[in-house]
Amino acid sequence: MAHQPLAAGPAGEPIRNTTLDLAHMSVREVNRLLHAASQGDFLIKNPRGLHAIVAGLDGELNVSIDGHVGYYCAGMNKRASININGNAGTGVAENIMSGLVHVKGDVSQSAGATGCGGLLIIDGNASARCGISMRGLDIVVKGSVGHMSAFMAQAGNLVVLGDAGDALGDSIYEARLYLRGKVKSLGSDCVMKDMREEHKASLRNLLDAAGIGGAVDVSEFRRYGSARSLYNFHISNLGSY
Amino acid sequence: MCGIVGLFLKNVALEPELGRLTADMVRELRDRGPDSAGFAVYGDETSGTTKICTIVRTGRVAWPQIAERLANATNANVSVEEIENHAVIKTEGDGDMARSWLIDNVPEAIVLSQGLSIEIFKGVGDPGIVVERLNLIGRKGSHAIAHTRMATESAITIAGSHPFSTGEDTCLVHNGSLSNHNRLRDLLRRHGERFQTENDSEVAAAYLTWRMREGDSLKAALQQSLQALDGFYTFVVGTREGFAVLRDPIACKPAVLAETDDWVAFGTEFRALATLPGVVNARIWEPEPATVYVWSRE
Repeated sequence: MAHQPLAAGPAGEPIRNTTLDLAHMSVREVNRLLHAASQGDFLIKNPRGLHAIVAGLDGELNVSIDGHVGYYCAGMNKRASININGNAGTGVAENIMSGLVHVKGDVSQSAGATGCGGLLIIDGNASARCGISMRGLDIVVKGSVGHMSAFMAQAGNLVVLGDAGDALGDSIYEARLYLRGKVKSLGSDCVMKDMREEHKASLRNLLDAAGIGGAVDVSEFRRYGSARSLYNFHISNLGSY
Repeated sequence: MCGIVGLFLKNVALEPELGRLTADMVRELRDRGPDSAGFAVYGDETSGTTKICTIVRTGRVAWPQIAERLANATNANVSVEEIENHAVIKTEGDGDMARSWLIDNVPEAIVLSQGLSIEIFKGVGDPGIVVERLNLIGRKGSHAIAHTRMATESAITIAGSHPFSTGEDTCLVHNGSLSNHNRLRDLLRRHGERFQTENDSEVAAAYLTWRMREGDSLKAALQQSLQALDGFYTFVVGTREGFAVLRDPIACKPAVLAETDDWVAFGTEFRALATLPGVVNARIWEPEPATVYVWSRE
């Protein structure tokens, strides 16, 4: 049997516990079905590293994926809550607009790339370029992030409980970076900044949203952001134009 | 693009399954490299016998006569088995000498590999069909490396297909591109390396052959290559005893490693590993940039 058919429940009632098995359905079939749904709980089985699983959802959906996913999982997500019980490949939650994406394992490069809103929680480690060019998304990484993370990050928050690799926040705009561990090196125009009460409060909210507020002390974090010397016009650079 | 898979068995009980497991991995990455495919298999050794795999570029080669001439030229027993457009030549003589003789005397063919353990086969077209046609599925051994190629900068030819091998029992597959290969090829020629193509990846293979010939371990040779090679790369390298992975310091090209008590596996993407036995409980991670990973048989 491919999957349980979508029961046409009474109007307004969430459809519960629909299982979609990628061993018997294509990614396109699964995505199309979820695009048509406005609410409900779904369990996706046998993802086997396939690409673009649950990309482009827009609805009050709760989706759990049992296993490892490939590239661009949960890309462009709006409103939906997506749990990945495994690792994710390149570009998980890329260009996410809102909602929640929670990865229980590790993620590959460019997690949350260009994300505009919502929350991305990564229980494991993220590799290179985590939060590249993020534009309002919040990311909480319980492990460490790789090199060039938050490259050209424009807005939003990147919280890292572990360490950061080389060139953190290179060419950063106005995103805020909170790091508990060590940073290998800072990127161009990224500097350490004061951790004021407003930042501690903001960080506490982010940790609460990630479900670890009680277990983590915000005073252990340092804040990094833009020195604003790179993206603002400076008269002494006139000769370079 | 391009896809790489590698499988290094730690549990000898799986050795009869090597080809089938590797073929399943290759099929998953056919869309990353639909133009051509190649594979190296390590195993099936006979003491004192060197195997030389060749493939015909164009036309036909009278292999039985070539084998006879090679036997006379090198004063050694030589046999030959033809498999489609490949020929596997077995010699009890010196392997390096036989390879050089074949490159010099059979311009219609390319020597793909030479060694006690290694065999390399390549084909143009759908990787799923190539591995079927050249019977990867039926091959036994200890480790295998395969490549699916999407040609971006040179023609779809056998000469441009991976794996590349320039020395005894060593091979390399490459996802990426090197920018200093011409100068390095000149240097390596002066050190006696023989090249058969203009391909950048062949230079990387020859660099490792040269370093190991000079006495470096596989690990040390790869460590040196971080300084010597300029460009983008994810390499998977095989030797008679070893299996190694290296990504460039930027780590642009994707890579996933997985390990269980029974095997170590490399895939350009996780989906290539999804069919392996016990993958559910494997340790899975993304190899760090500029970090050499080596496994070796005891």
